[in-house]
Amino acid sequence: MANESKPKIKMAVYWGAACGGCCVSVLDVHESLFAVIDAADLVFWPIALDTKYADVEAMEDASIDLCLFNGAVRNSENEHMAHVLRKKSKILVAYGSCAHMGGIPGLANFSDRESLMRRVYDESESTENPDKIRPQHHYEVKEGTLEIPVFYNDVMSLGQITDVDYYIPGCPPQTERLVEVFMAIVTGQPLPPKGSVIGVSGLAQCDECTRKKSDQRSVKQIFRPWEIEDDGETCFMDQGVICMGPATIGGCGVRCVKGNAPCRGCYGPMPEVRDMGAKLISTIGTMIDLEKEEEIEKVIEQIEDPAGTFYRFSLPAAKIRRKLS
Amino acid sequence: MSDNQINKQAIPANWKPRIAAFFCNWCTYTASDLAGVSRLKYPATIRVIRIMCSGRLDPQFVTDAFAEGADAVLIGGCHPGDCHYANGNYKCLRRVHLLKKVLKQMGLEEERLRLEWISASEGKRLAEVVSEMSEAILKLGPCKVKQVVEHYEK
Repeated sequence: MANESKPKIKMAVYWGAACGGCCVSVLDVHESLFAVIDAADLVFWPIALDTKYADVEAMEDASIDLCLFNGAVRNSENEHMAHVLRKKSKILVAYGSCAHMGGIPGLANFSDRESLMRRVYDESESTENPDKIRPQHHYEVKEGTLEIPVFYNDVMSLGQITDVDYYIPGCPPQTERLVEVFMAIVTGQPLPPKGSVIGVSGLAQCDECTRKKSDQRSVKQIFRPWEIEDDGETCFMDQGVICMGPATIGGCGVRCVKGNAPCRGCYGPMPEVRDMGAKLISTIGTMIDLEKEEEIEKVIEQIEDPAGTFYRFSLPAAKIRRKLS
Repeated sequence: MSDNQINKQAIPANWKPRIAAFFCNWCTYTASDLAGVSRLKYPATIRVIRIMCSGRLDPQFVTDAFAEGADAVLIGGCHPGDCHYANGNYKCLRRVHLLKKVLKQMGLEEERLRLEWISASEGKRLAEVVSEMSEAILKLGPCKVKQVVEHYEK
C-alpha cells in the first residue's frame, strides 16, 4: 500500500473520436487499478466519472499531472478539449492509435464531410428524411440556443492539433505498457525525451513473432485470411496473407498473430519511417515472386483496398493524408 | 464555377510541371547523360535524383515527392533482365504497380506516376519520355497533394 502521506498525482483520461476501447484498456489493469488509485486521483474520466467540461476548464493550468488523451480529432468538441487538456496538463499523452496517428476514424479521410453527411442523412437504406434535414451547429428552441460540435472535413491526430509530450500506440495499447509508463511517472523515474513513442519495444513485430519465416519469400498469389488453412506455425506473409508485421513496431506482444490473425499495424511504424503505408508497399513488392507484368498486375488486383489496408491506422499521419477531392 | 474552373484559375500563367525523376545509376541516369552530350532537347521539367538501382526506390520517396510539391514522379530503370543487381528492377515494377493502385485510391491521376525502362544507350528515348510526360502533366495541371496536406480543413 502506498504511503498515506505521499501526495497523489492527478490524472485525467479523455476520449476524442474514439470507440471507447482505450478507456476500457485503462480498466483492464484489473486489480492493479487499486495500485493506480493509491497513487493517483482521477480528476476527469468521462467513461467513469461525471466531471463536467466546465469543471475541467475551471482547474488551474498545469494542475493535472498526467492526461491520457485517446481518440482522434474529428470535430470542434474534440479540438476544444485537446486545447483545454493541453493547458491543464503537465504531461499530455496521445494514448492509442487514434490519438497517435488518426486510427480507424482516420479512414474517414478517404471520404469527405459532404459525402459522409449525404450517405448518413440522405442515402442510407434505413434513412427516411424527405425534408433533407441535416445536423445544424446552432439551433434555436424556445428555451434558448442548442449547439452541437462542428463536424470537420479532415480527421486529425492529437499531435496535429496540439503539442503532445508522449505517444503510447496501440488499438488499444497493451495494458501492461500503460502500467509501466504510469509507474515510471509515479515513482519519478527519468522520462524519455519529449515527443517519444513510449510503451514500444523498438523491434519490428517480425522480430518478436515466433512463426517460422523463410529467407526467400516466394509469393505468387495473395490470399485473404479466410482463404487459407493456416497451419498456425508459418509466417502469414509466406502463406501469401498480408501481414503488417514487417512495418510495425513491437510492444503489443504480437497479440494478433498469437491469436492466428495477421498483424494489422496498430502499433505504428518503426522510428525512422515517415510513411507507414509506403513501407508496406515496399515489403509486399519484394515478397511477390513474379516478373511478368501481366502476372504482377493480376496478383496486385487480388489485394483488396490496399490503401485502406496499409494505412489502416495511420492515414491522417501519412504523407498523402487524405483523398484528394 | 465548377471545381475544374477554379483549379484552372489558380494556375499561374508561367506554371511548368515539376517532375521528380528517380533514375538508376547504371541505365537511365547514364541515358540522361547521353541525352545531354548528344545535345538532345527536352523540357526542363525534371529534377533528376540518382539512385543506384530502381530497386532502391523506397515508395516513401514517391509519397515524399508528392507531399513536397512534385507534380509527377518519373522512375527510370534498366530493361527487364538487364538489372545490374539481377532483379532490382522487378522489385521496382511490383512496387510501382501497387503504389499506382494506392495513389489511385488517394485520388491522384494515373499519369502522375510513370515507370520507364531506359537503357544507357537510349538517350533519345529519355528525351521522348520526358517530353511526353511534361505534355501530359501540363494538361493535367498542378498536383494538389501539397496544398491539401498542408491545410487542415475543419
